[in-house]
Amino acid sequence: MPLSKRRRARIIRGVQYGVLVAAVVIFALVADWHQLRTAFFDVNVAKALFPDIITTALVNTVLYTLLGFGFGLALGLVLALMRLSSVPPYRWIAVTYIEFFRGIPALLVFIALGFGVPLAFEVALDMNVTVMLSLGLVGAAYMAETIRAGIQAVPKGQTEAARSLGMSHGRAMLSIVIPQAFRIVLPPLTNELILLTKDSSLVYLLGLSLGQFELANFGRDALNEHKSLTPILIAGLLYLVITLPLGQVVRRLEARTAKAR
Amino acid sequence: MTQDKAEQKAVEKAVQKETAKDAAPENSGDAKAIDVQGLHKAFGELEVLRGIDFSVARGEVVCIIGPSGSGKSTLLRCVNLLEEPSSGRVTVAGTEVTDPDVDIDLVRRRIGMVFQSFNLFPHLTVLENLTIAQRRVLRRDRAEADRIARVNLERVGLGEKEASYPAQLSGGQQQRVAIARALSMDPELMLFDEPTSALDPELVGDVLAVMRSLADEGMTMLVVTHEMSFAREVADRVVFMDGGVIVEEGIPERVVGDPQHERTRTFLARVLDPAAAEVGEVADTGPTGKRVDR
Repeated sequence: MPLSKRRRARIIRGVQYGVLVAAVVIFALVADWHQLRTAFFDVNVAKALFPDIITTALVNTVLYTLLGFGFGLALGLVLALMRLSSVPPYRWIAVTYIEFFRGIPALLVFIALGFGVPLAFEVALDMNVTVMLSLGLVGAAYMAETIRAGIQAVPKGQTEAARSLGMSHGRAMLSIVIPQAFRIVLPPLTNELILLTKDSSLVYLLGLSLGQFELANFGRDALNEHKSLTPILIAGLLYLVITLPLGQVVRRLEARTAKAR
Repeated sequence: MTQDKAEQKAVEKAVQKETAKDAAPENSGDAKAIDVQGLHKAFGELEVLRGIDFSVARGEVVCIIGPSGSGKSTLLRCVNLLEEPSSGRVTVAGTEVTDPDVDIDLVRRRIGMVFQSFNLFPHLTVLENLTIAQRRVLRRDRAEADRIARVNLERVGLGEKEASYPAQLSGGQQQRVAIARALSMDPELMLFDEPTSALDPELVGDVLAVMRSLADEGMTMLVVTHEMSFAREVADRVVFMDGGVIVEEGIPERVVGDPQHERTRTFLARVLDPAAAEVGEVADTGPTGKRVDR
């Protein structure tokens, strides 16, 4: 007798559970729990990390991210407005910029600004400025496209109402369109902030002094010192301490926008 | 309605207007609030306005009626240059808005506009909707702008809603806020683009009542509408448009009550009694492109 569809589905589901249980059992038997615990959860190593991993590394990660995000947001807004300009050359410049910086690795930008610019122009950029420019230049390209989409998502009637009240084009943009555009793009912009938080780890390339360490660099340094994976695990968890609430914020914002519409 | 009665009513209305106007300060010597000459507008291949000549006097209430696609909204939008005319002259309160040297922002602040879809600013409270242009455009200080906004909110019967956001209001309330927003700029004339077409039937009355009281106060109004009773009772003049031209215009008793043109009759039959028009559908045989009754 052929199996009914529902019966077959139930059997397949049973097999899937079976495979999962088997994998867990085998892993539990084979794994060297003692070694795993010393590698990942060495309490003494963990204790040695605090409080510096918070007061220096976490703080610096947040600082670098915010510097890059702030600059990137401002530049991204300018690029978005250029992209929508009625003057064609502005549009070309914006499109070229966006395509260029979206297409190259952020790593390359860090190298160019960290080493290329100081060598070629014989100027010493401040560390924070280098980070701000590197993260911001790349972030701006992404944010420009997001902001442009947001501006275009504001209904045309809003501009018409503003203009019919006697507002100039610029005033209508500033007071009416851009505030609404930002509400629309707040969720995707927060996602961009999460991406930048992770990209901030690229500053390790620049060769940091102790006080400038951020999470990834701090973790790597501690790894060498303690020969333990514990610092990496804790650094990872601290990234989550930053990014998970941001993800929560995105969900909250999305729910709020859905309600306001 | 007999001709005599109609005339008597028109005279009464004119007297009311005079009284209202005496109370309000005159803005300039020009008697025409809107003057349109030889207006053409094309969107690409599509000719929407094909030679419009008409004018609105100060204190006059003019309703534009006509089937959809007849160009009524486009005509209205050409008055404050939301649409750029292809050719022709538009003069508003003595200023030729089609003159490229004219600062359109200066003219627009004197023209109130009310849209079919309200277009309130959703990120601002009702009060802020009314004050933002006063403050940013007219440079009134906050206290002054708030005071004027509250006066106008009371005028449309929504004084208690100043802290609400547009999304918290019904369509009819939103449209009344939109009217109050336009009034807060102290406009010399008001344009209404199908102000009740997006409303649920039971909400139409409140908006029309506000418009009616505005008309009684002597406001110059140009109204694109499908509300025939409003046109008949409030308008000084009704303009019927079809196919991008004015087919006929005159006092409402004449245009709505006793239309001279076949096209007007067909349209009115459809609007006033859709079910009957369905049965007795008459072919549109009226002459095209000619204005009558001027």
